[in-house]
Amino acid sequence: MSFHLILFLAFGAVCVGGAVNLLAQRHPINSALSLIAVMAALAGEYLLLGAEFVAAVQVIVYAGAIMVLFVFVIMLLNAGEEEETKGSRVAILLGVPGVLTGSVLVAWVVLRHSGTESVAIGALPGHPADIAQLLFHDFLLPFEVTSVLILIAIMGAVVLASKPEATARKVD
Amino acid sequence: MSVGVFILVSVIKSALILFVLLTAVAYTVWLERKVVGHMQNRWGPTRVGPFGLLQPAADGLKFLFKEDLTPPHVYKPLFIAAPMMAVIFALTSIAVIPFGNSIPIFGYNIPLQITDVNIGLLMILGVTSMGVYGVALAGWSSNNKYSLLGGLRASAQMVSYEIALGLSLVGVLIQSGSFSLRDIVQAQGGRFLMVIPRWNIFHGQFIGFFIYLMAAYAETNRIPFDLPEAETELVAGYHTEYSSMKFAMFFMAEYANMITVACLATLLFFGGWHGPLFGPPLLQAVLPVFWFLAKVFCFLFLYIWVRGTLPRFRYDQLMSFGWKFLLPLAIANLVVTAIVVAW
Repeated sequence: MSFHLILFLAFGAVCVGGAVNLLAQRHPINSALSLIAVMAALAGEYLLLGAEFVAAVQVIVYAGAIMVLFVFVIMLLNAGEEEETKGSRVAILLGVPGVLTGSVLVAWVVLRHSGTESVAIGALPGHPADIAQLLFHDFLLPFEVTSVLILIAIMGAVVLASKPEATARKVD
Repeated sequence: MSVGVFILVSVIKSALILFVLLTAVAYTVWLERKVVGHMQNRWGPTRVGPFGLLQPAADGLKFLFKEDLTPPHVYKPLFIAAPMMAVIFALTSIAVIPFGNSIPIFGYNIPLQITDVNIGLLMILGVTSMGVYGVALAGWSSNNKYSLLGGLRASAQMVSYEIALGLSLVGVLIQSGSFSLRDIVQAQGGRFLMVIPRWNIFHGQFIGFFIYLMAAYAETNRIPFDLPEAETELVAGYHTEYSSMKFAMFFMAEYANMITVACLATLLFFGGWHGPLFGPPLLQAVLPVFWFLAKVFCFLFLYIWVRGTLPRFRYDQLMSFGWKFLLPLAIANLVVTAIVVAW
């Protein structure tokens, strides 16, 4: 077993362990921190696959920016420990078989259509210049359209978050 | 280079750089006390050693032997983890900072840097963005209103100024065409008109440097942006409940961040280790490292000078300065640089 593979498996274990811990923890802040661990471990996996840029973006955007907002919300709402429920029957009857079927399907499609040999380091475009070429040259239109989509989402958030005129005046 | 040698060299380099960094952290504290003291017409530390030079060692020992209090109302796992996170993320970013060219030792060509990744700058930004957690979680887990307010202020401030900070660097990136800090420094070699060095600050990035400097002061929670620790309002901010070595870890993280930010300013805007080379070969090999350290020292001195000079912002002023002034300025700088380079 190469050193590379050992590292890959270690990061994978952290990833899965973090995800399980995320579900098992009862305090929201612990769950959020496990999610950060999952994100960071994913970044490690990308790094091992030679996708350095994606790894950096994963840390900056997910672990650094989005999760900070999660933690903020938990801190500000001062969310306490969850109450334990006995578990819903729908989840057991539909959820568990659904997840099982879904994961089997995904595994089947991946194994069937991708070829099972592992990806060599550097075989896929991972250098920032290659990614820039893809984003700003080959896929420029979809990239720009996505940015418009995100702009619309931001405007939607502003509209939803801002109070209507009348209530705002009453508060004043 | 075989794997064994590579690991050995990396471990030695990491240990050495970590030692230098931690010593630098301790002596930056000494420098700050000394310089601010002289600015305020006092002496600063004088008792321990000549010029108070052994004061950092005395402080370190004192921190280690103080009783480590954990208040009963804190959320213990995070209360302990938060200072560790702060220190770890503060120390990690030094790994990609190059402080000189490569030197030949025993037939191997060893670059003066722990590791040169082609996303070096992004890695530093990523690690600094993770540094928010130490502060935010310290504030929250202390279960104290002053700590929570301090933690919230600190993280809101760091998140806001990170945008301006990141955008101010894009101009440099456009000019050098690489994320690797080594390449960025390499691109700044040479001179204009035989006299002015081709550093990015003289190469159209003056405004970018200004934005970077402002944002970096805010990122490291230093005066005039030290609202998270505003003692007149918040006791001590996010580290109110911390004592002994845990408090010292936040202190170390702050100064390590200052040093990283100073290194980055040197590398990105002031030509890194470029400077006049002269003398015998041995001197020529050492001079680049000397120039690098001298520039970093100037930035650290500037930090202290600003601390001794400026008052603190009000919180709303801080936020509107970041969002309404620095951010648009950074975007304008980016657009102008892009147009000039494309032309």
